Amino acid sequence: MGNISGKYAIVGMGETKVGKRPDATTNSLHLEAIKACLDDAGVKPSDVDGLITNQPLNDAHRSYAVKLAGMMHISPTYATDLALGGATPIAMIQNAAMAIDAGMATTVVCVHARKRSTPDPSPGHPIRRGDEHWEEPWGHFAAAGGHAFAASRHMYEFGTKSEDLAEIAISTRKHASLNNNATMRKPITLEDHQNSRMIVAPLRLLDCSLESDGGGAVLVTRAERARDFPKKAVTILGMGQHHPHFSLLDAPTLTTLGGKKSSEMAYRMAGLSPKDMDFAELYDCFTITSMITLEDYGFCKKGEGKDFVKNGRITIGGELPLNTHGGLLSQAHLEGQLHITEAVKQLRGNEVEPERQVKNAKVGIVSGHGGSLAMHATMILGVL
Amino acid sequence: MSKDERGRPTRRGQPYLDEPEAKPFWASLREHKLTGQRCSACKRMFGYPPQSHCPHCLSPEHEWVTLSGKGKIYSHIAYHRAWHPSWQDKVPYNVSLVDLDEGGRLVSNVIGCAPEEVKCGMPVEVVFEDQSEYTLPKFRPAK
Repeated sequence: MGNISGKYAIVGMGETKVGKRPDATTNSLHLEAIKACLDDAGVKPSDVDGLITNQPLNDAHRSYAVKLAGMMHISPTYATDLALGGATPIAMIQNAAMAIDAGMATTVVCVHARKRSTPDPSPGHPIRRGDEHWEEPWGHFAAAGGHAFAASRHMYEFGTKSEDLAEIAISTRKHASLNNNATMRKPITLEDHQNSRMIVAPLRLLDCSLESDGGGAVLVTRAERARDFPKKAVTILGMGQHHPHFSLLDAPTLTTLGGKKSSEMAYRMAGLSPKDMDFAELYDCFTITSMITLEDYGFCKKGEGKDFVKNGRITIGGELPLNTHGGLLSQAHLEGQLHITEAVKQLRGNEVEPERQVKNAKVGIVSGHGGSLAMHATMILGVL
Repeated sequence: MSKDERGRPTRRGQPYLDEPEAKPFWASLREHKLTGQRCSACKRMFGYPPQSHCPHCLSPEHEWVTLSGKGKIYSHIAYHRAWHPSWQDKVPYNVSLVDLDEGGRLVSNVIGCAPEEVKCGMPVEVVFEDQSEYTLPKFRPAK
């Protein structure tokens, strides 16, 4: 296969309205995202010959990609469901590029939607992670707990404080305040963060992401076909994955995660380094996740995230704008699907509110993170 | 038995005592012994959760050994919100990742001190908390 850097591109993308969507179901949100994506790319459903998705969390279908294909009356030559939690949206695009490179498809839709803010009365069965019964008897139930373990250990090893994590929440909320399709748009202060109630110490409410309804999709094809599509193509320059553990019980460390090796792979494939990135869309299920990823991605040394995030560096206009859409913390939690669509919009250069546009954005990095801080995927995107 | 969000019975919040790989673990706890699997081939400890094959060398042979019950805190948190009704009257409560001296890590609770007194690196020792159907290993600051 060799290095596929620059050979594949995102030529279409769509986002649904996010937040509370009592009008929608999990299935309808997937179709709504696909329709927006195909309209953006100027193609018909029958032009699509590959479909990749993530099993809905509230209804773990077998073969959900094939179900969606049936719902749009297409018969793909490549279809699969991926299950890497919040690393899935990036992994779907990686998988699309590999499928096209292998000659199994030419035009692949990658879609993810979820309905977690308002109830979905459709039939279904919620999915299990698989090792909950080694945690729940001791009162450990939530993703907030797993990430609080990482925050607690980061504080112990490096002296990071709750006030440092607040910098990420405040900057991300500022970006959401500029985004017409964001759920939480009222700016917050350090005082608001410190006064927000403790959820799982050391994480407070404003360290935690949202529960959301919504969806997003992208269309992947060969970069050489990009001129057949109406919008500026965004090229896949680098990609990586790393999954250093599954359970908190076998994690070698919780202060360096899969992002280190995953980003090293992506930088190597792209022939680029952290200083080449014009912006970063880093998974932010909790503030600590983005801080650890900033360090793992080499934007600063391990343990120096607490200083890196200060003085406007991660806000639009700063050295490394982080989560320019408002992230999972303030825009919507769709497992990072909108980190990707946002990166595409930033690189197209004329699709976000003007005050939210990163000036001269040519290259950006996106991260995905899932499970018990277990799974990680990286993608570097750029425009030529 | 508690109910899930659709009203069906669920064992959420409880251990699975009949999971084949873990049966000896739960049986020993009933006798107030904390045990772990040691590989018969490479002699290394498996860690948790229990499984059929050695995670280091994939040998299918192992023996259950009784551990000292001593360990150190890798990380600790305090739940201020209960995700399950049975924990409602306990918040804020500690949950810790305990690295056992012989190898292996457990999720557990440090009891006998306030959540804010628990520190990373703190030495702890096991205590056995008997419930009607099973016994949970918990930990207290080491004497």
